[in-house]
Amino acid sequence: MIIHALAFYLFAAIAVASGFMVIAARNPVHSVLFLILAFFNAAGLFVLMGAEFLAMILVIVYVGAVAVLFLFVVMMLDINFVELRQGFLQYLPIGGLIGFILLVELLLVLGGWASVPHVASSGALPIPPPEQVTNTHALGHVLYTKYVYLFQGSGLILLVAMIGAIVLTLRHRPGVRRQDIAVQTYRRRDEAVEVKKVEPRQGI
Amino acid sequence: MTIGLAHYLSVAAILFALGIFGIFLNRKNVIIILMSVELMLLAVNINLVAFSTHLNDLVGQVFTLFVLTVAAGEAAIGLAILVVYFRNRGTIAVEDINMMKG
Repeated sequence: MIIHALAFYLFAAIAVASGFMVIAARNPVHSVLFLILAFFNAAGLFVLMGAEFLAMILVIVYVGAVAVLFLFVVMMLDINFVELRQGFLQYLPIGGLIGFILLVELLLVLGGWASVPHVASSGALPIPPPEQVTNTHALGHVLYTKYVYLFQGSGLILLVAMIGAIVLTLRHRPGVRRQDIAVQTYRRRDEAVEVKKVEPRQGI
Repeated sequence: MTIGLAHYLSVAAILFALGIFGIFLNRKNVIIILMSVELMLLAVNINLVAFSTHLNDLVGQVFTLFVLTVAAGEAAIGLAILVVYFRNRGTIAVEDINMMKG
């Protein structure tokens, strides 16, 4: 139990600290790296809560795909980030005030919150005991049966996002010579080869 | 010293507030704003999984999976729009995005 508590405080502290550094770092590359650290520690929290599959998905999807995408864009765009940081202190009071009010409200909700007595035993999908069925198994059992339409829908969302990103960023530069296989194979001999009668001592 | 639901919810609340704070703090930088949105979605996911464990109900984890999917798509589309915008205008400052006079 003590190890559980220690692990929780470790993961939570690093997650919150790196979350703060995401918004406070001077260099956006550092922001992205702190975002990756925050995701890793959130994955640790997920493991502590018994959601191993989601923890691994978080590491693979967020750290492996989303954060690397951010890193790629930050490094690819040639931006003067110092210029973008002007007015940082100007927004500090109002932003801090609103963030603080929101945090206090959320914590007040947390303090004054109570659940209906029998709600824990009346779940729609009880989690099977982890000694018998692993978390991944249990999720797979419901994801491919009860939630199959939503699963297909999320696949469609990803497809649309992929096509949208490609359509947005693809551009055809004029003046670039491209290989066109159809034109190449469609060519016939009489348009490709020209026979010249060359007179001796003259050339063409 | 047992770690209960309230601990996890507190962490999620702090992360969510940090996300809001980051949006206000980095008003000019779209990339940091997108990262703050990701941070807020992470906080929501922590909330969902915490309640899923506490109520012994798998639906929360299924929902988290869908939130993750949508977050990944949102990041991809947002960054694609950002790249196109930078290619057209040469800047990503938020106050320069006023072509539509909205």
